Amino acid sequence: MLSTELAGIKLPNPTVLASGILGVTGSSLTRVSKAGAGAVTTKSISLKERKGHPTPVIATYAHGMANAVGLSNAGAEETLLEIGYAVKNSPSPVIASIFASTITEFGKVAEAVSKAKPHLIEVNISCPNVDDEFGRPFACDPGIAAVVTKKVKKSTSIPILVKLSPNVPSIAPIAEAVAKEGADGITAINTVGPGMLINVEAARPVLSNRVGGISGPAIKPLALKCIYDIYKSTKLPIIGTGGVTTGRDAVEMIMAGASATGIGTGVYYRGIEIFSKVSEEIQGLMDKEGYNSIEEMRGVAHEE
Amino acid sequence: MKNDEFIVVRLEGVHKESEDTTTLTIPYDLNSKPGQFVMLWLPGKGEKPISISGEKDGKFQITICAIGSFSEAVSKLRKGDKIGFRGPFGTHYTIPKESTSLAMVGGGYGSAPLAYLAEQAALGGKKVYFIEGARTKSRLLFSERMKISGAVLLTCTDDGSEGPKCYSPDVLKDLLENHKIDKVFSCGPEIMMKRVVEISQNAGIPSEISMERYMKCGIGVCGQCCVDELGLCMCKEGPIISGELALKIREFGSYTRGSTGKKSEL
Ligand SMILES: Cc1cc2nc3c(=O)[nH]c(=O)nc-3n(C[C@H](O)[C@H](O)[C@H](O)COP(=O)(O)O)c2cc1C
Ligand code: FES
Repeated sequence: MLSTELAGIKLPNPTVLASGILGVTGSSLTRVSKAGAGAVTTKSISLKERKGHPTPVIATYAHGMANAVGLSNAGAEETLLEIGYAVKNSPSPVIASIFASTITEFGKVAEAVSKAKPHLIEVNISCPNVDDEFGRPFACDPGIAAVVTKKVKKSTSIPILVKLSPNVPSIAPIAEAVAKEGADGITAINTVGPGMLINVEAARPVLSNRVGGISGPAIKPLALKCIYDIYKSTKLPIIGTGGVTTGRDAVEMIMAGASATGIGTGVYYRGIEIFSKVSEEIQGLMDKEGYNSIEEMRGVAHEE
Repeated sequence: MKNDEFIVVRLEGVHKESEDTTTLTIPYDLNSKPGQFVMLWLPGKGEKPISISGEKDGKFQITICAIGSFSEAVSKLRKGDKIGFRGPFGTHYTIPKESTSLAMVGGGYGSAPLAYLAEQAALGGKKVYFIEGARTKSRLLFSERMKISGAVLLTCTDDGSEGPKCYSPDVLKDLLENHKIDKVFSCGPEIMMKRVVEISQNAGIPSEISMERYMKCGIGVCGQCCVDELGLCMCKEGPIISGELALKIREFGSYTRGSTGKKSEL
């Protein structure tokens, strides 16, 4: 039994397409959902259209990926149609990811995307590669993270997940702060860093933005520790994201305390078939280790 | 672990095809197939997907028309300058084993991957009819290369300055009526390719076209190049797709999405 639940929303399996990967259009989200994702997340949406950073914005290295896409998107108005299409056509739930540069605007975007009736709203307060513009991510300050959560909760009746950053000395106080203000769940982690890749022959950083968020296999141990800490400090459901490419990685996330697992960079390594493959691999491990449900496996790594 | 890092090398040659079109020769054994593309990187200037216009003897070529700030920077490159690339990416054209005669329809700089394909087809002993359309004579590309390859070159221009004054799909229609052609290949403006697909389909001949969309990653991650409503990534499941599939893509010949994902009419 692979089904799981996030804030009252049922997922057929625990694999979730992470925000920013193949999530620009409704057609693409639907395709990933049909390929077996238990839920799909849109690319983060802002109130107004945003250009993002100049290319190159995505670069791979031996252990993962660096990106500085810079939150480009067509804006809430234009994107409503894409979310609506996905909600109508995807066999699994749709999560609308939103971001903003001010508290007030967070409320406005939440209100705007709610019109498309996504199953969940993910509040991205943790992108690390737009510092120049936005300053330190909101997810780095428990006080501000709490205020954003409160504002978004007031602006929509759809359950919300708050997406946290690993780039903090301790993630638990942030998780507790957003839980206290009514977050219905937590997604963690966003990309790590930012970091940098340098090409020797070109003698300069590869990304035009010079720095970018790090994702993929390299960050899995950091993600696991964050999920473990969040599970210990709140009762909220968690989408455990960061470096998951196999069913084994996913089971580690669930054992740390996740109810579902986000997959982003893994799509690069295994294509969109990764969702059905990871599901199968999770089932295989559950059969082998004698677990009957995701819930039964959740958080077992915490037992004495 | 899979990895598509940039490879940076020094340019071996720079060749002007026309006043605003430049072919770069890059000394690297890419192992590409016609129709595939590379992400070309000019450090400090940016990165763009560019289709491969030829490969042999451990070198490959790309051909760029100077229309934006990036391609203008490309046109200023000299032999020995460093450039970066990653790839080859995407699907490629397929020449059926059993075929004997092939038609290729190129419009503008769309002739680049077709020139590469035509040379390979000729090497494989196929008869190639290469239809090239352009606004005016000075914009016709690769005529020399096509002549050397042995392809039958059929040119037409919008202004009649070279060949008949008509559009390339009209030349194709004529050709299909009078010759036995096994497969049609096309690359160029989408409106033109749509007509090529329709003409081929009406004649009962399979076709392949190149559907280009705005790309950021080239590796099936960012989702910027996905087409409605199948959601296929044109950097991975494309750019080369069958005419049959193209007609199932709602936006083919109609609209496209830009760098933010916003739609615009073609
Ligand atoms: C190319 C790319 C774009 C991303 N864009 C977003 C985004 O728009 N919003 C967001 O919350 N996270 C974004 N992320 C972060 C991912 O959702 C995810 O949290 C992170 O990559 C770690 O998971 P992974 O190792 O499975 O990729 C992006 C990641 C990548 C690689
Ligand atoms: S260009 Fe990024 S998915 Fe195709």
